[in-house]
Amino acid sequence: MSHNGLMTPFQSDASLFQSDASLRRFLHGLPGVDEVGARARADVLASRSIKTDSKRQAIDLAISMIDLTTLEGQDTPGKVRALCAKARQPGYGAPPVAAVCIYPDLVPIAVEGVAGTGIKVASVATAFPSGRAALDVKLADVKSAVAAGADEVDMVIDRGAFLSGRYLPVYEEIVAVKASCADAHLKVILETGELATLDNVRRASWLAMLAGADFIKTSTGKIAPAATLPVTLVMLEAVRDFAAAGGKRIGVKPAGGIRTEKDAVRYLVLVNETAGEPWLDPALFRLGASSLLNDLLMQRVRMETGRYSGPDYMTVD
Amino acid sequence: MRFEYAPAPESRSVVTLRDSYGLFIGGEFAGGSSVFKTISPATEEVLAEVTHGGPEDVDRAVAAARQAYERVWSVMPGRDRGKYLFRIARLIQERSRELAVLETLDNGKPIRESRDVDVPLTAAHFFYHAGWADKLGYAGFGPSPRPLGVVGQVIPWNFPLLMLAWKIAPALACGNTVVLKPAETTPLTALLFGEICQQADLPPGVVNIVTGDGSTGHALVAHPGIDKVAFTGSTEVGREIARMCAVSGKRLTLELGGKAANVVFDDAPLDQAVEGIINGIFFNQGHVCCAGSRLLVQESVADEVLEALKRRMTTLRLGDPLDKNTDVGAINSRAQLDKITDLVAAGDAEGAQRWAAPCPLPERGFWFPPTVFTEVSQAHRIAKEEIFGPVLSVLTFRTPAEAVEKANNTPYGLSAGVWTDKGSLILWMASRLRAGVVWANTFNRFDPASPFGGYKESGFGREGGRHGLEAYLDGPGGGDV
Repeated sequence: MSHNGLMTPFQSDASLFQSDASLRRFLHGLPGVDEVGARARADVLASRSIKTDSKRQAIDLAISMIDLTTLEGQDTPGKVRALCAKARQPGYGAPPVAAVCIYPDLVPIAVEGVAGTGIKVASVATAFPSGRAALDVKLADVKSAVAAGADEVDMVIDRGAFLSGRYLPVYEEIVAVKASCADAHLKVILETGELATLDNVRRASWLAMLAGADFIKTSTGKIAPAATLPVTLVMLEAVRDFAAAGGKRIGVKPAGGIRTEKDAVRYLVLVNETAGEPWLDPALFRLGASSLLNDLLMQRVRMETGRYSGPDYMTVD
Repeated sequence: MRFEYAPAPESRSVVTLRDSYGLFIGGEFAGGSSVFKTISPATEEVLAEVTHGGPEDVDRAVAAARQAYERVWSVMPGRDRGKYLFRIARLIQERSRELAVLETLDNGKPIRESRDVDVPLTAAHFFYHAGWADKLGYAGFGPSPRPLGVVGQVIPWNFPLLMLAWKIAPALACGNTVVLKPAETTPLTALLFGEICQQADLPPGVVNIVTGDGSTGHALVAHPGIDKVAFTGSTEVGREIARMCAVSGKRLTLELGGKAANVVFDDAPLDQAVEGIINGIFFNQGHVCCAGSRLLVQESVADEVLEALKRRMTTLRLGDPLDKNTDVGAINSRAQLDKITDLVAAGDAEGAQRWAAPCPLPERGFWFPPTVFTEVSQAHRIAKEEIFGPVLSVLTFRTPAEAVEKANNTPYGLSAGVWTDKGSLILWMASRLRAGVVWANTFNRFDPASPFGGYKESGFGREGGRHGLEAYLDGPGGGDV
C-alpha cells in the first residue's frame, strides 16, 4: 500500500467534521445513485463471458482474494485450525487465500495456524455483528484482537446512528477504532442490507473513507441481502472517486452470499471495469466467503482435467 | 493485475446460411431476375446472394398480398389472427439464438445487443400485438375499426429484425397484409422471418418479403395496389416518399432521422448519467435514429462529466461482433463509414476538439472508434446533422431554459433525455422538449406498449402502444397525406 498517507482535500478540511449537519451537507452533496441505472450496469457486467485462459486467471485471483471466514457461535479452536489448514493449502495446486476471518477470541489460534505463510488474520470486532455496545466496549474489543495478533480488524458501523442522520458519531467511532488498530488494517462494514438504498451506500462509503478506513466492506453475512453486484458497484465507484480526489486507494470487500465461481468472476469483472487494474490485487479487493473456495477449487480441477469434480472430493473444513 | 478477457465468440454453427435466397412471395421462396451479395461488415466476407426484386416482383408480391387480404386475412376473426401472431412470437423466441447470430453477422452489431435487445424486443412486439388482434374494438377507434388493406413497408439496416417487427406486427394484428422491403445491406433476418411465417403456417401472401435496393423500395412505394406506406429511414428518402404518396389516397407514416439532445443537469446521478450517455450514442455503433448524439451538459459539471465519460469510453470493447464481450461492433457499410468520416472531418475543420477512445481497429471490415467532440457550437455541422455513427457532440448550458432552447434548436424531434434527481425538473423539461420520446434518467429504452415517433423532420405517426394501431386502421387520423 504505497498510497498510505494520501489525503483528499475534504479530509484536511476540519469544518467538515464539526457536526452532523456539516457532514450531512457533504454526504448529501455527493451525486445521487439511480437504482435502476446501477442495476442495469451491474447486469451488463454480469453478462460478460469469461472463458479459457481468462477464467483460469480469474479463479486463482479469486482464491488469492478470499477472506476465508467462520463467524459462528459454535466456532472452536479445532474449527479454526482446520480453516487455517485449508487457507494455507486449499489443495489441487491452488494458491493460498488472502486471510482467515474469525471472532476476536479465536485470534491466537488463527495466528498460530497461519504463522509464517503471509496469510493475514482478520478479526471482526466492535460488538460484531450488530454493533450495539458502548464505545469503550467496542474499542476494548478491537484492542484485544490487535493485541492477540490480528493483522486486520473488521468493524461494523452504527447503522442506527447512520439511518437517523447522526453522521458525526458514526464518523468519530470509526476514527476511534482506527486509532485503536495501531498497525492493523481497518475494514469498515457498512451492512448495506440495512442501509437499504444505494444513495446510503455511497454516503456510508465516503463517511468510512474520510474517517480512515483501509477497506470498505458490504456486510456481516448475518443480514440478508448481503453482498450484491449493484452495491459493490457503487462502493467501487466510491473508492475510485476517492482516489481520484487525491485520497489513498481504499480496498473493497463484498462479503456474504458469494458462493460460486460464477459469482466470484462477476465481482472481478466489476472491479476490472469500474475501479480498474490497481484494485485487482488482494491488497485492495477481497471476497468474504466460506463455501466459495470449494466451488472455485472444483472449477479449477475441471479446467485442468477437463472433467467435473464433485463436492465429495472437496474437503469440508 | 491485468485481466484480459479471452475471446468468447458465439458459435456461427447455429445458423445455416444458404448460398442464395429468393424472394418470399405468396408463402414461397422463389428466385428473381438478378441477384446481389450481402456481406458481413465486420469481415467483408460474402454471406449469401440475395435476389434483387424488380418491378415485376413487386407486382407479384402486391397481388399476393391483395389476394390474401381479401380472401383470408381481413375476414378472419381477430382471435384467429392473434393465434398466428402468438405462434410467430413463440417461434422467434425458440429460434432466438439463430436470429441473433444472423443479425450480428449481417449487420455488424455486437451479439450482446442482438441477443439481449433486438431479438427479445422483436418477440415482445409480436406478443404485444397478438394481444390486440381480438380487442381492436376497445382501442378507442370505434367499435369495429377496419384494416386499410395492403401495406408497403420499407425498413432500415440499423435494427433489421426489430424494425420488421415494429412494421409487421401491428399491420397484421389490425388485419392488413404486407409487402416488406428490407434494407439492401441487411436482408437475411427478414428472409429467415419468412421461414418462420412458413413454420407458423401463416396463410400465404399475408407477409411478403421483397429484397433489393432503393429502386425496389421505389417500385413498392409507387405501386398503385398499395393502400398504405410505412417507412423508417433517412429524412431525405422520407421526403421523396412523401412526395410520391401525395394525393394518391395512400396513407403514410414516416419515422426518420434525429439529432437527440441528452441533457445532463448538475444534480444528476452522474455515474448512471455517464452510462446513459454511453448507451445513448454508442449503443448499436450510434446507428440509432433516436441516438443521444448531442450531449447538453450543465456547465457546472461539464468538466467532471467529460472526464468520467472519457474514462468510461476507454473501457468500451470494440471488435468481433460475435464475441459475447464486445460492446461496439462494426459500422454497417462502407458508405456509412464514409459518411461518418466526412462529418468527423467537418468537425475537425470547423474547430471542434476531437477525442477518440484508444482502441485498435480490426484491419478488415468497417470500423470507427467511439469519438467525442468538445468545444462544439450549435452552428457546427456535427451539432446539426445526423451522423448516425459513434460520434458524440458535447455542448454546455447554464439554465434549464437554455437547455430546452438548445435541445429544441434542431429540425429533428425524435427523442431526448433528461438526467436529474429532481422530479419536478423532469416534468418541466418533458413538457417543453419537442421530441416524440423523452427519457428520464435512462436512454434508448424501448417497449412495445410505448408509442414511438417524431416531431418535425423526424416524421409523423407513432409505432407501438395503442397509438401505433391507428396507423393501420381505417378511421380518423392515420397520417393521410
